[in-house]
Amino acid sequence: MDITTWSRPQMAGRLAADIPEGWCVNLGIGIPTMVADHVPLEREVIFHSENGVLGMGPAPPGDRIDPWLINAGKQHVTLRPGGAFVHHADSFAMIRGGHLDLCVLGAFEVAQNGDLANWATSENDTAPAVGGAMDLAAGAKRVWVMMEHTTKEGRSKLVRRCSYPLTALGCVRRVYTNLAVLDVTADGFAVIDIAPGLSRDTLAARTDAPLRFV
Amino acid sequence: MIDKFVRDIASAMADIADGSTVLLGGFGPVGQPNQLIDGLIEQGARDLTVVANNAGNGRTGLAQLMELGRVRRIVCSFPRSANSTVFEELYRAGKIELEIVPQGTLAERMRAAGAGIGAFYTPTAYGTPLARDKETREIGGRQQVLEYALGGDVALIEAWQADRWGNLTYRESGRNFNPVMAAAARLTIAQTQHVAALGSLDPEAIVTPGIYVDRVVHVPYGDPRA
Repeated sequence: MDITTWSRPQMAGRLAADIPEGWCVNLGIGIPTMVADHVPLEREVIFHSENGVLGMGPAPPGDRIDPWLINAGKQHVTLRPGGAFVHHADSFAMIRGGHLDLCVLGAFEVAQNGDLANWATSENDTAPAVGGAMDLAAGAKRVWVMMEHTTKEGRSKLVRRCSYPLTALGCVRRVYTNLAVLDVTADGFAVIDIAPGLSRDTLAARTDAPLRFV
Repeated sequence: MIDKFVRDIASAMADIADGSTVLLGGFGPVGQPNQLIDGLIEQGARDLTVVANNAGNGRTGLAQLMELGRVRRIVCSFPRSANSTVFEELYRAGKIELEIVPQGTLAERMRAAGAGIGAFYTPTAYGTPLARDKETREIGGRQQVLEYALGGDVALIEAWQADRWGNLTYRESGRNFNPVMAAAARLTIAQTQHVAALGSLDPEAIVTPGIYVDRVVHVPYGDPRA
């Protein structure tokens, strides 16, 4: 049977629908950045970027680029009315001081206890780039992960225990994949949404950790 | 009369000693003290420890300084990027030491140095390879990692406006690490896009007061390269 998996824009839209007005949110580099495009402008969500931009707006059209205004992914962005610039220590005080309501990160692996591995793919990788991932994972009020359910080789990225070097212990609250939305609970992964046409058995077969269906 | 402006970049770079720890401001192409880095290359100091968010891009600026064998050690959060070839070659050949620090811990360690704080505990990196061999302690019900202040002998930073007392403003995301590094070094050298008359900067809008700044050089180079 054909399974309809969620596309990346659909995943971003699914996640964006769960962000209420008023939250301060940091979107990680890569796929999570797409989430901003799915929050309607009239719903006031304040986006934060590690390099000292609070109240970030969408990418400008090509002829309206401001060369002084970039996000943590080094892409040109805009500032919404009400936005502010701060320096790096203040920007990370917002992160580390628990002032962000949400951080959305990509991941290599998420374990059923909420452990996150998203910065290095091997203990032997001696020069991996951590950036702000560890600060965000440890500091935000809640961490949601947005990622493909499996690797290109078909290996589950939801696991019993992370095999890659950890970014932070027990920090992930919810995972949005192309197959399902899962909460991380004291009893492991709880499925709260599933892609249309996907059976529970198929989802379980593609997940290397026990699932509860709620 | 206090006048921190110096004539040219060579004068700004005077007295940077071999073995110095040099803090380099900037994030991405924005807020980078490019011309001061070129000045440091000209100046010739060696055996440097460089603290910056990245480990250089392309073959100019920090990458060139490293390629010339002048950097013994780099402290950064994001050594690898699309174009960090020089760093990767040197690192693979064992010709440069690397300390990877989470970006917020990097900023806070410098902030601590500037504020006279010797060390602090943070939950960031607890339970990860970057906290290996570090002292930990449970504080307020959370496991935390002891991190030491990170000061510099020299900071090279970029400002948008400066007056002769060394008061600085920044432009948009060009602020980044620059104010933090200004306070964290014994000798802070700023390049500025614009010169402001003393008293013309709004005191409410001065981001780095001149107390943190030793030398200023006017470098109106224009917009950051994309």
